Amino acid sequence: MAGAATSTAVDDVIRARGASVRFGERLLWSGVELDIAPGTFSAILGPNGVGKSTLLKVLLGLQTLASGTVSVLGEPAGAARRRIGYVPQRKGFDRTLRIRGLEVVRLGLDGNRWGMPLPGPRARLSREAVAEVVRLVGASEYAGRPIGELSGGEQQRLVVAQALVRQPELLLLDEPLDNLDLANQAAVASLVQRICRERGVTVVMVAHDVNPILPYLDEVVYVAKGKAVVGPPKDVITTETLSALYGAPVEVLRASDGRLVVVGTPEAPAHHTDRHAG
Amino acid sequence: MTLFDSPFMINALRAGTIVAVVAGVMGWFMVLRRQTFAGHTLSLVGFPGAAGAILLGLSPAVGYFGFCLAAGFLIALASPPVGSALYSEESAVIGSVQAFALACGFLFVNLYHRNLNGLTSLLFGSFLGITSGQVLSLLAVAVPALVALALIARPLLFASVDPEVAAASGLPVRVLAVMFLLLLGVAAAEASQITGSLLVFALLVLPPATSQVITGRPLLGIGISVALGLTVTWAGRVMAYCTP
Repeated sequence: MAGAATSTAVDDVIRARGASVRFGERLLWSGVELDIAPGTFSAILGPNGVGKSTLLKVLLGLQTLASGTVSVLGEPAGAARRRIGYVPQRKGFDRTLRIRGLEVVRLGLDGNRWGMPLPGPRARLSREAVAEVVRLVGASEYAGRPIGELSGGEQQRLVVAQALVRQPELLLLDEPLDNLDLANQAAVASLVQRICRERGVTVVMVAHDVNPILPYLDEVVYVAKGKAVVGPPKDVITTETLSALYGAPVEVLRASDGRLVVVGTPEAPAHHTDRHAG
Repeated sequence: MTLFDSPFMINALRAGTIVAVVAGVMGWFMVLRRQTFAGHTLSLVGFPGAAGAILLGLSPAVGYFGFCLAAGFLIALASPPVGSALYSEESAVIGSVQAFALACGFLFVNLYHRNLNGLTSLLFGSFLGITSGQVLSLLAVAVPALVALALIARPLLFASVDPEVAAASGLPVRVLAVMFLLLLGVAAAEASQITGSLLVFALLVLPPATSQVITGRPLLGIGISVALGLTVTWAGRVMAYCTP
C-alpha cells in the first residue's frame, strides 16, 4: 500500500467529469461528477434499474462512456484493473459446485496466470497469502469445504477474501449484502468497514439498503432520474436533496432506531418502498 | 500365456489408456462447467463424421476429428456471452446440432449400403484390431491437447467457477470457452474411436463426476478422475479377454 499512498495520496482514487452512459437510444445517466478520496467508504444508492451496477462497470472499464471522462487510481478506467478488487452481484454459487472455498479465493490471486501451477516457493507464498485473507475475513473454519455447500454469508466472506487477496487499492462491491439475513448484513458490513479503515483500501459499494452501512459511510452517490448527487450521507439523504433529485416530493424519515426510510420515490415499485432507505 | 502376449491386447490397452487419461482430464472440466450435454453431443457427432469419412473412402479418424471439432466450434459460437446465463438457449443450439448430426449419420450409413457391421462398431466401439499406427496417432493428438489444456488450466478454472470476476479481471472468457469446446471435441473424437459414439459418455462423465463428489481440490480431483477412468478401462479389457 506504500506505493498507493505516494502516488494517490493527493489525488482522488476515482474522478469522473461529465460522465454519461447510453444504452442504445436511452441515456442511462449523464453529467456525473465524482471525487472519491483514498481510504474512504462510499456507497452508490438509488432505486432499481437506474444504472448503479453500470457505474461500477464504468470504473472497471467494462462499460464505455458516451461522454465525459473517468480516471481510476490515476489511470483511465480499465488500465488499473489489476489494482482493483471486484465483487459482482450474484445469487450465490451453484449448490452443486464442488470446489473448495480456498480454491475460489486463490483464483483471485493466480487465476489470471497461464500455465500449470508448480510446487515451489511461489506456491507456498500463494498459499500463505490465501490463508491470511481467509483469516482476515474470518472464514478459516469453513474455507476448506466446497463453496456450493456454504451459506450465503459464508460465501460472501470468501468472495470478499478473493477480491482482497491481490491487495487491491480499491474495492468495488455490487450489492454484497443482498440475499443475506440481518445478522450477516451487519457482519459483512463491519468487515468491509474494517478492511477500509485498517488496510486503507478505498471502498465503493452498490447498496440497495443504506441502513446496514450508514454508520460507516463517508460519501454517498445517489443515482436517480438519470442524474447523481454526491456528498456525505447527512447532506444527500435528506428530504430537500432527494426531492430536488427526483423532481417530486420525497420524504426522508428517521425511525426511532436511527434507520432511514425514503418515502414516495416515484420510480420505486410499491413493494420495495419500505426498503428504499437511500 | 498371459494377457500381454497377444499384440492386439497390448494395443487395446495402450489405446484405452490414452483415451482414459484424455477423457478423465477434459471430462473433469466439462462436468465442472456443466457442459455434459455439449460433451454428449460432441461424442455423438463422431458417428456421422466417421460414417461420412468411410463413405468418402477416408480414414474414420479424419471424420471423427473433423466433425467433433466443427461441432465444438459451432456450439461455442452459438453459446450466449458471459453473464447472460441463457442456459436454455445454449441447450437448444446443442440439441439442434445433435439431431442434425444423428440424421446425417444414418443418411451416410444408408448411402454406404455395404458392411452393416461397421455401424455397431461406430456406435459401440471396438478395441480389437487396433494397430500400432492408430495408437501412435491417438498419442500424437492426445499429448498436444493435454499440453494446451495445461497452459489454459488456471484461467479456464477461473472462468468456469467465477466467470464474471474472471472477465472483470481481464481474462478472455469467451475465447477460453471456445478453446475448451475444441479440446473437448478432440477428447470426444479420441474416445469415440475406442468406445464408439454412444459409450464415450461413460468415460467423459462418470469418472469426473465421481471424483468431484470425492474432493473439492482441482488437481487431486483430476488425478482421481483419471485413475477411475484407467481402472474401468483396464478392468473392461481384462474382462473382455477372460470372457470366451
